Amino acid sequence: MALRNIALLGGRTRGVLAKRGAAHFNFQPTEAPKEYGEERTKMNLCQAVNNAMDIAMATDPSAILFGEDVAFGGVFRCSLGLKDKYGSDRVFNTPLCEQGIAGFGIGVAVAGSTAIAEIQFGDYIFPAYDQLVNEAAKYRYRSGGLFECGKLTVRATWGAVGHGALYHSQSPEANFTHTPGIKVVVPRGPTQAKGLLLSCIRDDNPAIFFEPKILYRLAAEEVPTGDFMIPLSKAETVRSGKDVTIVSWGTQVHVCLEAAQLAQEKLGVSVEVIDLQTIQPWDEEHIVQSVKKTGRLIVSHEAPKTSGFGAEIAAAIQERCFLHLESPVARSCGWDTPFPHVYEPFYLPTVWRVFDSIKKTVNF
Amino acid sequence: MLHIAKGRGLARIFSRRFATAQDRDDFRLQEYSQKYLGYRKAAFTEKLELIDSSKMAAVPIYRVTDGLGNFIDESQDPNFGKEKSVRIYETMTQLNIMDRILYDSQRQGRISFYMTNFGEEGNHVGSAAALESQDLVYGQYREVGVLMWRGFPLEQFMHQCYGNSMDIGKGKQMPVHYGSKEHNFVTISSPLTTQLPQAVGSAYAFKRQPNNDRVVCVYFGDGAASEGDAHAAFNFAATLDCPIIFFCRNNGYAISTPTSEQYAGDGIAGKGPGYGLHTIRVDGNDLFAVYNATREARRVALTNKAVIIEAMTYRLGHHSTSDDSTAYRSAEEVQTWGDKDHPIERFKSYLLRKGWWSDEREKEWQKEVRTKVLKAFGDAEKTKLAHYHELFEGVYDELPIILKKQRAELDEHLAEYGDRYPIDRCLKKD
Repeated sequence: MALRNIALLGGRTRGVLAKRGAAHFNFQPTEAPKEYGEERTKMNLCQAVNNAMDIAMATDPSAILFGEDVAFGGVFRCSLGLKDKYGSDRVFNTPLCEQGIAGFGIGVAVAGSTAIAEIQFGDYIFPAYDQLVNEAAKYRYRSGGLFECGKLTVRATWGAVGHGALYHSQSPEANFTHTPGIKVVVPRGPTQAKGLLLSCIRDDNPAIFFEPKILYRLAAEEVPTGDFMIPLSKAETVRSGKDVTIVSWGTQVHVCLEAAQLAQEKLGVSVEVIDLQTIQPWDEEHIVQSVKKTGRLIVSHEAPKTSGFGAEIAAAIQERCFLHLESPVARSCGWDTPFPHVYEPFYLPTVWRVFDSIKKTVNF
Repeated sequence: MLHIAKGRGLARIFSRRFATAQDRDDFRLQEYSQKYLGYRKAAFTEKLELIDSSKMAAVPIYRVTDGLGNFIDESQDPNFGKEKSVRIYETMTQLNIMDRILYDSQRQGRISFYMTNFGEEGNHVGSAAALESQDLVYGQYREVGVLMWRGFPLEQFMHQCYGNSMDIGKGKQMPVHYGSKEHNFVTISSPLTTQLPQAVGSAYAFKRQPNNDRVVCVYFGDGAASEGDAHAAFNFAATLDCPIIFFCRNNGYAISTPTSEQYAGDGIAGKGPGYGLHTIRVDGNDLFAVYNATREARRVALTNKAVIIEAMTYRLGHHSTSDDSTAYRSAEEVQTWGDKDHPIERFKSYLLRKGWWSDEREKEWQKEVRTKVLKAFGDAEKTKLAHYHELFEGVYDELPIILKKQRAELDEHLAEYGDRYPIDRCLKKD
């Protein structure tokens, strides 16, 4: 439940809530396009992920789901009910070893079965880094196509959760976008989570799917109940505008939407907000078209600014749209620090920082 | 602490509070045995004693023949028959000859890099002969004999070393990074030990197939066994009951690092029981022993129990063409090993005793193989590389937009600066 509208509450209550428990954004639900299916039901992001895996396993008898604690339902309950439905040979706990989970997952995929490998926290994906970047990403390339692990999808939780500190809040996507051969995807809500996860599982390339953990319960909307997929490498314009383009992904999309609304109300500035969705390979063309229209770009992500994926977008866009730009490409991101505990409200690129970024960009 | 057991009366309260020491011990031993210790017999001891593994005997080394190649216990003879025995010998010697020629060719600057298999021909061919062709093999880099046994053509070894347009690996990797889908041999990669957990995953996938008749056999060295991926793999294989054989070639060295600096325990076999793996250590230069052990391991693995084999052997050659092992070991040590324990010599004595081989045949065969190898080598050397556009292929299943653009950028660059690049080593676009 979003506790963000504390402006409506009395002073003392506002103060108390502002200290702990209040998320730094309001989730903005999206209405799923008709082509994803007419029948819908209310799902939160966790249920949407569960639903996607249920469908994946129902339609693909080779699909197996494994990782730490997935058998009883998972620490975030994303795999609830799946072991009972599909059996313990298809949904099972592995020992506590991320490099093992990733390596094992690659081998399952190489043997032709679909592997859904769960990494409990993205913060703990690093022991699996060698397997993911040196092996999974390069499997097809290095073997001349004789072997590949396209049937591997790694799911990992991601992003700020309010109290996660250094090791339960990280957004590690940029560690992987520097490695050609894997796909990296981040959904902003339940509908995207379901459609994008199904695409990742069914895509013939190894993919890492980061699930914003703060959205698991907090993000709920009407989600199509059927089997639908959202294409990879396609960005989505979530809010149209003509003065400034903001590109973001995951939880931060909602922060940017709120900042865009504020910018409209307080500055009369029309902001276009784009959800990148697939971070690698990213939909450069979509962003280019938007920036050619607006002439101004801000990239916003929770991950630290330096060498975050915003840096790649900034470099590519200034290359492609130099003469269209009215201001430098701005990045409103986490500071270049590890993710702190009590200072989280100061660390995050909040609505106010993004708003300020918009203001500075239009006034350049 | 007094529990009020609702509706169960006082008997229960009393039994929990006043359970005897015996009851408490029995409860704990049963829990430990069943839930913590895999149903192993659990017992308490009042004797304070640290296990000192250095005082324990090493896992014994299974062998079939003695150092001269004579059977010790005839019942262990796998009875290959003439055809198989000759094929085994020919494979080992062909490997040896190919290695010598390719090693020299690197010294002459004709290929960029090479790794030989000297001294390990027995553990390669012995294990390969015990597997079935449908079994999936993952290797490290020093298992050429396995691939050769499976029928990978001589020309293909050469093409891969040259990375030319006939290389089924498409010229992407350094020499000796072979792979063949047809021969169920997963393409080699340089990072060590990464293949171990992957092999476990593949084994798990096979296990799920109805009427599975495939095991996975994954090869690795004594040095590779130190990587975390080995620990991960052993643990997963045992806990998930995978049909896998872990085959460790313990050849005494990891580049310059001797085994005395690689581990302090009882080698790699010593780790097996610790993970719950069925374990055997074998004389890696005794082809019969390697064969028998692998055959039995395969039988066990097919019952979905993971097995580890540690083959004791000796790396007669340098680590690679980038290494000169005289820098860390004496020529005398190498010579002595070669004299006192060579897998080819031991097996040859068996062939000669059986009357299935002769010195004359040896001369003929050596000449035959040399000619074949040199021809394949010459052909590979003359074959052009694939068109340089191949460098962009295979990153994903389909060429992404960004690579289409980068490829076009390279083309544009070559249109102007092409004479600075080895374009004529590549095929032209047709």
